Amino acid sequence: MDVLTDNFSLYGKGFLGTVELTVYSSLLALALGFVMASFRVAPVGSLRALGTVWVTVLRNTPLTLLFFAVLLGLPRFGLVLPFQLFAVIALGCYTSAFICEALRSGINTVPLGQGEAARSLGMTFSQTLGTVVLPQAFRTVIPPIGSTLIALAKNSAIAGAFSVTELLGTYKTLNELGYSIIWTFIWIAVGYLIITLTISAFFNALEKYWGVAR
Amino acid sequence: MTAASTALYDIPGPATRKRHFLYGVVSALCIAALAGWVVYLLFDTDQFTAAKWNPFAYEGIQELLLRGLGNTLKAFAYAAVLSLALGALLATGRLSEHRPLRWLATLLVEFFRAMPVLVMIFFIFVALKVQPLPALVAGLTLYNGSVLAEVFRTGVNSVERGQREAAYSLGMRKTQVMTYVLVPQGVRAMMPTIISQLVVALKDTSLGFLITYEEFLHAGKLIASNLDYDLPFIPVVMVISPIYIGMCMLLSWFAQWVAKREKRSPKTEAVDVGPAEPGTLLPGVR
Repeated sequence: MDVLTDNFSLYGKGFLGTVELTVYSSLLALALGFVMASFRVAPVGSLRALGTVWVTVLRNTPLTLLFFAVLLGLPRFGLVLPFQLFAVIALGCYTSAFICEALRSGINTVPLGQGEAARSLGMTFSQTLGTVVLPQAFRTVIPPIGSTLIALAKNSAIAGAFSVTELLGTYKTLNELGYSIIWTFIWIAVGYLIITLTISAFFNALEKYWGVAR
Repeated sequence: MTAASTALYDIPGPATRKRHFLYGVVSALCIAALAGWVVYLLFDTDQFTAAKWNPFAYEGIQELLLRGLGNTLKAFAYAAVLSLALGALLATGRLSEHRPLRWLATLLVEFFRAMPVLVMIFFIFVALKVQPLPALVAGLTLYNGSVLAEVFRTGVNSVERGQREAAYSLGMRKTQVMTYVLVPQGVRAMMPTIISQLVVALKDTSLGFLITYEEFLHAGKLIASNLDYDLPFIPVVMVISPIYIGMCMLLSWFAQWVAKREKRSPKTEAVDVGPAEPGTLLPGVR
């Protein structure tokens, strides 16, 4: 127990580090995922190809390899950023592929007739998209996006091993200080549980509010 | 998939097609420019010098890489077999009629699914002082086994109710109903999801790099940090990633192929899960 009380600031820093990493990467992943999803359903062939390649490659890339390439590789091109930013880029790009697929399958669940009906009423493309297709797609993608973001929070642990301040990384300092290693890990586990359960509660609330059975 | 098969657009007419073609050409040019810029950067920072690429022709280096690849595949093989076994065990527990057993299995599954797999690997490696390979395999097994348990359970539960009822009414015991009727159909329907989960296991073997297991990435790191070869970091990434990504893609494609074949198969007719698209999250499971 005194592992936590003695090192509350260290744990707090690590915890906040993981939260920050999760929030920033989620924002990047959602934005990039949205762009890639719109590419994948675009009527323009080359954009579709770009989206497909992006998703196929990133979904099949081990995250450690991506971290390895981004954190140690980009500086070779003279791009020197804080490690935390690199970690956000790696995590964000990786997760964006999964977000993109969730969004795309959400759009595909909207029945064809919905779009056809909207167009036959004389709606323009942006009206069809904004008032008919996307609101319906949005409701079906809440649960998969929730589980993708939970996976993102869990994946952020890898950043700690690349010397970014986050929760898992705190074990090293505590280990050197001679604290009980088992309890150190128990509190780390509790920290991750708090984060993942919060995300899952948030998305459950969203789903209750927005999710509509069709 | 063509764009016309979504609810988004009308089937384009000749003018629209011309416009789309124009957009296509412009965006293709942009993409080509971006790719060209990356290639220029690679040349500009001297990534294609002989000093950096020669090492890959050395036998010792090739052996080092192959040994790393072998270790990766070894960890994957252990982890895959053990997580399938653990998954079957935990799924049996979750489907059991004995309440304590069910609770225990549920607790284990939920806990190991909620933990980052790296935390478990580090815990086993640091706190229990296990060797890198067993630590990696144990961590991967606990996580993927729990996920697979949920996959098996979903598969069995989504077999049509009539199948179970018919089997019971023929006088079969629960074990028989499970082994002869429900499990074969459920597992067959879930095969694509199971293979996709194995892709996750294969990808996660690279976590062994972080606990000094001498796998593929570790071999790459050794070469990349060699001053004699002028620190060939980018060349190493360019050699390693296609192999890694290629292995995962092959397995993913296999999952897709199985999924496609299953759509036509009469053997999975009585199971009402839409076979999950590989790589997406499980249907109905969170």
